[in-house]
Amino acid sequence: MKLSDLKKDDRAIIKKINADKALKQRLSSFGVGKGAELSVETYSIGKKTYEIIVNDTMIALRDEEAKKIEVEKIHE
Amino acid sequence: MNKIKIVLAGQPNVGKSMLINSMSGLHNLKVGNFSGVTVEKTEVQFNYKNYSIEMVDLPGTYSIEGFSLEEKVALKYLLHEEYDVIINVLDSTHMQRNLLLTLELLNLNKKMVVALNMADEAKEEGIEIDIKQLEKILGVPVVLVSAKSKEGIDELLSKTIEVAKSSKRRESNIVYSDAIEEEILQLTEFFEKKKFKIDDLSPREIAIRLLFEDKELYKKLHEEPIMMELQPRLIAGLEHIYTHHETKDIKEVKADEYRAIAYGIKIEMIKCNTKRPKNKDTTRKLDDILIHKYFGIPIFLFLMWGLFQLTFELGAVPMDWIDSGFGVFGDMIGSFIPNEGLRSLIVDGIIAGVGAVVMFLPNIIILYIGIALLETTGYMSRVAFLLDGFFHKFGLHGKSFIPLVTGFGCTVPAYMATRTLKSEKDRLITLFILGFMSCGARLPVYVLFAGAFFGAEKAGNVIFIIYISGALLGLVMAKILRLFVFKGEDEPFVMEMPKYRLPSFKLIWHTVYGNAMGYLKKAGTFILMASILIWFASNYPKQPKLKQEYQVKIEQVKNQESKIALENELKLKSLENSYLGKIGKATEPFFAPLGFDWKMAVALETGLAAKEVVVSTLGVLYAVGDNVDEGSSSLINELKANVPFASAMAFIVFVMIYLPCLAASMVFAKEAGGYKYLAYLFIFTTVTAWIFSFITYRVLV
Repeated sequence: MKLSDLKKDDRAIIKKINADKALKQRLSSFGVGKGAELSVETYSIGKKTYEIIVNDTMIALRDEEAKKIEVEKIHE
Repeated sequence: MNKIKIVLAGQPNVGKSMLINSMSGLHNLKVGNFSGVTVEKTEVQFNYKNYSIEMVDLPGTYSIEGFSLEEKVALKYLLHEEYDVIINVLDSTHMQRNLLLTLELLNLNKKMVVALNMADEAKEEGIEIDIKQLEKILGVPVVLVSAKSKEGIDELLSKTIEVAKSSKRRESNIVYSDAIEEEILQLTEFFEKKKFKIDDLSPREIAIRLLFEDKELYKKLHEEPIMMELQPRLIAGLEHIYTHHETKDIKEVKADEYRAIAYGIKIEMIKCNTKRPKNKDTTRKLDDILIHKYFGIPIFLFLMWGLFQLTFELGAVPMDWIDSGFGVFGDMIGSFIPNEGLRSLIVDGIIAGVGAVVMFLPNIIILYIGIALLETTGYMSRVAFLLDGFFHKFGLHGKSFIPLVTGFGCTVPAYMATRTLKSEKDRLITLFILGFMSCGARLPVYVLFAGAFFGAEKAGNVIFIIYISGALLGLVMAKILRLFVFKGEDEPFVMEMPKYRLPSFKLIWHTVYGNAMGYLKKAGTFILMASILIWFASNYPKQPKLKQEYQVKIEQVKNQESKIALENELKLKSLENSYLGKIGKATEPFFAPLGFDWKMAVALETGLAAKEVVVSTLGVLYAVGDNVDEGSSSLINELKANVPFASAMAFIVFVMIYLPCLAASMVFAKEAGGYKYLAYLFIFTTVTAWIFSFITYRVLV
């Protein structure tokens, strides 16, 4: 499952990031990496841009990036 | 006096700039809530106790591993510049993420102090941090501070001085995962046995940096004989680590380790007593509205529209005062100067020229307040979120929005703000279209023409339309540039959305004050000089023959009206034969298809120096008709009487598009990477401006 498949208010654990070094590094410096927990706060029309929360930090990313993040949804 | 040099490093939005303010007592720093506002290196010098302290503020970066230009700048400075101590600033309410940078900084093995900023907010949110434990782990002093309430500032300064003056650096006690610790241990033992030393590093520190493939250290070790024996051990060690981490990329391993350590510190040393911090809830609630799927963009547009309305409506009041004030002042001064030439220079040249520029100070102040508000509240990054989808279609990055909006204030900082964009192509596209975002200095031209041709009630709307069409044109041009000139990959869009904060009036005041003073300074120096030059060029060479000729004619006619008509004819003729007139006449053919007379042509040419000069040039050039009608001496009325509507509109379009001022052009050349690009920009903007002005004129005429 990918981050882009999640819905609003879904929570998930990051499993893998399929990106180049630069993007991986960038995401990691925000705390977005393997094992981190995220929740989807909101997205814009047509899921073009996402707002997610990782470790109390709100992060915006594009659908292209969201498709590169593999997650496992947490079922409550 | 003892000198100490401090470097301030921290992630964006940790209140670094505000902390400098509180520490130094100086108030000349710009603080923003948006990622990467402090692009430029800022330096402050102040005295504390017996020490002369020099402080350098590095750009806020999430990491120093080199993703953006700012990160490269920061890392280069940290590695290669001379300084005594680093202060690493963290936001106490976002420790876990902020620690990632701290861990990177610790690996540089420099003297360091950690400042946990926003301690007051952390207290409010019920966050408790075990300072002693944290100090033990990091091996550096940790101080709780609040830049806002000035709590802990003294302690931070004295601890920093203490560390800077100490002869020995302490080592950190960070523990990595088992596989890495095993390898560190093996290498450490090897170095100890060999009694190997380099710089002031301990064997463990050398081991860690080698395992993490620290380029600088490898460079230094390159010619050491120990490298022979070291290499196989390192290769085996790395292989072992790779197997454990299921990757061959040591950077990824490092990042994973740092994240795990930061998480560990959070779990062990940071307690959060309340379940849901109040502040965060406010942010979420506000975000529900402000970045709402459908309402977000209309709200944003409404806010921008309101800002422009306010700029004009509210600014018009003091504008009139200043305008008439300068008029009265000029007349008063003029009556004291017997010499005609000198009087003309001072009243018509200097006072009229500078007055025409100072008049727009209120508008500029209001606009800057608006932009500072967007920046400090955190709304700016929401706008980037809202607009990225839209911007992306035009080949721009959501982050380009920051320079673009800054461009509405002044193009110079806007050009510099493009450094937040990592991809060279994104940067260049943004640089090239920034000029289309009408800067504050173009505003006087618009206000003048909108006021003259649409009246005060409609002027606000007209100016809004001008700004929007400039921006839209910029977007279209961006797409064209992306498709035909700068083809290539897009930069990923990953951006922090900072918490909403109430604007700090002190900070807004300082930003606005600084910009307003800068504007006045420009009026007092650059524009003063330009006014004198333009006055000279419009009054010389003198034509005594022409004057004599007309004086005879004037004496011959008896009718008062024809006398005045002849006097005006003389003035116009003299002007046409002046240096300025000659330049204007020479270039008139180029501008003639756009409906500009030579006066407008000259105004555009002098405007290359600074856009405010367009207005002051028009002021000087149209002042010739002063005596035609006693009741209408203002420039607005002169323009209304002398310039056809279609030409005026074409003129606005030309001003909207053509090259920004000299100062901005210089910055552009520097940021884009050479004067070659400035030449491209000149051709690009002039051709575009000409074509669009031509269309405007032909449609309206």
